[in-house]
Amino acid sequence: MHQSPPHKPGPHYEIPGTPIFDGDRARKGYALNKMCFSFNNAENRAAFLADENAYCARFHLTPQQCRAVRNRNVLEMIEAGGNIYYLAKLAGLLGLGVQDIGAQQTGMTVEAFKAKLAAAGKGN
Amino acid sequence: MAQIVGGIATSHIPSIGNAIAKGLQNDPYWRPFFDGFVGAQRWLSRVKPDVVVVIYNDHGLNFFLDKMPTFAVGAAAEYRHADEGWGLPVAHPFPGDARLSWHLIDSLVEDEFDITSCQEMLVDHAFTIPLSLLWPGSAHARPVKTIPIEINTVQHPLPSPARCFKLGRAISRAIESYDETAKVLILGTGGLSHQLDGTRAGFINKPFDLMCLEKIVDDPEALTRYSVLDIVEQAGSQGVELLNWIAMRGALSGRVSRVHGNYHIPISNTATGLLVLENQPPLRLAV
Repeated sequence: MHQSPPHKPGPHYEIPGTPIFDGDRARKGYALNKMCFSFNNAENRAAFLADENAYCARFHLTPQQCRAVRNRNVLEMIEAGGNIYYLAKLAGLLGLGVQDIGAQQTGMTVEAFKAKLAAAGKGN
Repeated sequence: MAQIVGGIATSHIPSIGNAIAKGLQNDPYWRPFFDGFVGAQRWLSRVKPDVVVVIYNDHGLNFFLDKMPTFAVGAAAEYRHADEGWGLPVAHPFPGDARLSWHLIDSLVEDEFDITSCQEMLVDHAFTIPLSLLWPGSAHARPVKTIPIEINTVQHPLPSPARCFKLGRAISRAIESYDETAKVLILGTGGLSHQLDGTRAGFINKPFDLMCLEKIVDDPEALTRYSVLDIVEQAGSQGVELLNWIAMRGALSGRVSRVHGNYHIPISNTATGLLVLENQPPLRLAV
């Protein structure tokens, strides 16, 4: 007789190209997200810009997280447990908007990424 | 007795705040979005709600990942916005209604919703922008009292669509059992389809959005049959803010009339939606 697999709570399937910010990512990314949360404060944003390495060290970022921040690479930051809402605060501080980081993650130019968004409105 | 006059759902993209601050309402990029709100403002000036229950999700202003309530209810006399880190102008404060908040909290917990109550609560753009869109130019004289109800759409596991719909039903029971006279509007914010993260960033799903805009009016239970991951797949990882719309719809009666709506792609990375639903009294059988 066919036996159904034991029920495991939590997300059950992969959605291609779509990170699910779950407990595993939340644990892995805690230091990075906590640093980004601190950017709600203007003095902290200035402190990061004045000495980025010291600021990352203050929040005990992992080497992987430090590297991702240094590379300004959003996919690497996500891989290191970053949550996009918190990463957007860092991106804003670096002068990058959501179209810039969308273009970066999809390997498109910003113009092409914006054109793709606009094209989604055409037709049905 | 308090009465729910209807519900509104709208997108809450941060850049709308900047567009308002810069007066870009008639700019060709923004106009199809802002023009959609005229019908909603007209309806509000007719029904004149006293209190707005705002169902939204916080994006790392009030709640960090150290403590993440699934459902949180504001219980303050006033709610303040603050620096969100990404350059949005800070909105003027919003008056609360602490007595109704505590009635909601008492009633929801009695109804087995074990919410987090917040006597201090910063509200982010997901709360402030929809109110600015619906009552433009009211920063210094807010015409309505507000009660924030926050749903976790940031850190999985998220509450299911069915659970959010039931939360809405429980909100409606709470309001209808309130002993003061008040006209209450339910506002659900966020969505529609969009995704900011991953190699699928920029994902927008117009057919799914249009289906939701139709179903949520007359057959909202159809949306409660999706899982959270189904919605992430169909609407994008941030399109899951649809949960706030589903909770709003749960707080209305079985019968609603669709007063007004708008759908426009894109604002920023998002397919934007607006829907105004007026509550209809339940059908009574003739005797």
